[in-house]
Amino acid sequence: MSVITELGGSFSPGRVGAMVLRYIYLLRSSWPRVADLIYWPTVQMITWGFIQTFVSHSSAPSAPMVAAGSLIGAVMLWDILFRGQLGFSMSFLEEMYSRNIGNLMMSPLRPLEFVAALIAMSLLRLAIAIVPVTALAVLFFGFNLWGLGLALAAFFINLMLTGWAVGLLVAGLLLRNGLGAEALAWSLMFILMPLTCVYYPVSVLPSWLQPVALLLPPTYVFEGLRALLIEHRFSAGDMAIAFGINAVLFAGGLIAFLMLLESAKRLGSLLQTGE
Amino acid sequence: MGAAPAHSKAIVLSDVTKLYKGKAAVSHLSFSIAQGSVTALLGGNGAGKTTTIGMIMGLILPTAGTVRVLGVDMAVDRHAVLGRMNFESPYVDMPHRLTVRQNLTIFAKLYGVARVKNRVAELAEDLALGDFLDRPSGQLSAGQKTRVALAKALINEPELLLLDEPTASLDPDTADWIRARLETYRRRLGATILLASHNMAEVERLCDRVIFMNAGSVVADDTPQALLARFGRDDLEDVFLDVIRGQAARSVPKESVR
Repeated sequence: MSVITELGGSFSPGRVGAMVLRYIYLLRSSWPRVADLIYWPTVQMITWGFIQTFVSHSSAPSAPMVAAGSLIGAVMLWDILFRGQLGFSMSFLEEMYSRNIGNLMMSPLRPLEFVAALIAMSLLRLAIAIVPVTALAVLFFGFNLWGLGLALAAFFINLMLTGWAVGLLVAGLLLRNGLGAEALAWSLMFILMPLTCVYYPVSVLPSWLQPVALLLPPTYVFEGLRALLIEHRFSAGDMAIAFGINAVLFAGGLIAFLMLLESAKRLGSLLQTGE
Repeated sequence: MGAAPAHSKAIVLSDVTKLYKGKAAVSHLSFSIAQGSVTALLGGNGAGKTTTIGMIMGLILPTAGTVRVLGVDMAVDRHAVLGRMNFESPYVDMPHRLTVRQNLTIFAKLYGVARVKNRVAELAEDLALGDFLDRPSGQLSAGQKTRVALAKALINEPELLLLDEPTASLDPDTADWIRARLETYRRRLGATILLASHNMAEVERLCDRVIFMNAGSVVADDTPQALLARFGRDDLEDVFLDVIRGQAARSVPKESVR
């Protein structure tokens, strides 16, 4: 009966317009929300476009086999990268959702201690997410991620460092811009997906884009995974290069976080962490 | 006030200005607060109270001027004194899914409190939290939340307590109960309390000094009794209205505006 009551009565286009206006005002006031609308279709189009280029137009007859053989490993390593960053960002977001940031920033907790706690939580959340998945991969597809041995450790460290660097940048933007920047926590990492060549070799990218890809540590990890699975070759030198770039990225992320924290103090946004 | 030695001042603001997009929220603000005093920071909405408290907490950076708290410049080394102060504000909350006990335990650890369990138990007794100590913080009533927020603010037995609207949205009985606890705390530890409030009865009861702000500046600063006498009013609410509506400039002698 109450459902029918709710459905009855006059329908007001004016009220619909008022609600649409409410959401347009919100969109207009938050550039990350607008960027998010454009971002996802662009990332999808670029990623799948390169996969199509690799599989369909590669001159190598083994290309489809190469792509298929490394796909599940690439998916799982990508998840480590994404979940590593998301675990960091989500713990931070929990404080924003509960309006607890002011309490924490007013306490003796130092920014580096906060970052260390977020890193620890990122590892814990990742372990909870990934360990059962790796077991399922063995069960269903016979793919044992742990079988990568020491190479997995090198891949893991590099992916986590990149994830934390992005997480630090996102946390800083959240402090400065409030929850309007929340979408970045979910989407910023995906800008790396087409560029870091998760599902295809660097050679598939246009020549002008390849140097950009090689500036990103995950590129070395995904190239390394394919080399290991297909050619049974592990390049410690490439991992060292990735680690070096990661050290710079992590330091950059930390500096960005601290600078954005100072900016938030100038703007007075630490006490106003709403939408 | 100016003759007091530096070490006896809990808070010193020197020519502090805060601009937001070029507009002054606080303009050339200077005052100091003696240790062990209870001071009210009053003013209408947008007077600059919350910005001022934010700068004292070090959560907002002044555009110009310095804020010293317990002898430390907050823009330079706020972490040196954060363990000796605490605050309660309607602008912050605690994680809703955690129980009151879990929240207080975490803040006790953040503030380096010794014997955490004992301290939480003490606060639970002092502030009558026992009935809901193991309930999620998000399920509390407004009055219960205020008591928990006060417990968090007292967790480290701060020398300096900053309170922004400590009894807002509480019924008169609960508000009175909170005020009594604050008076007890101050008497027991000799703590300095700075509170922003719109409740004039609260101010008259708790405070030995009142600073009125309007449009980002101090427009009157004295004891409640002296302000009542100067404005020829019977209660602070009327003084508040006089100040906010611009009567201060006509009726307040210049020396009372510090």
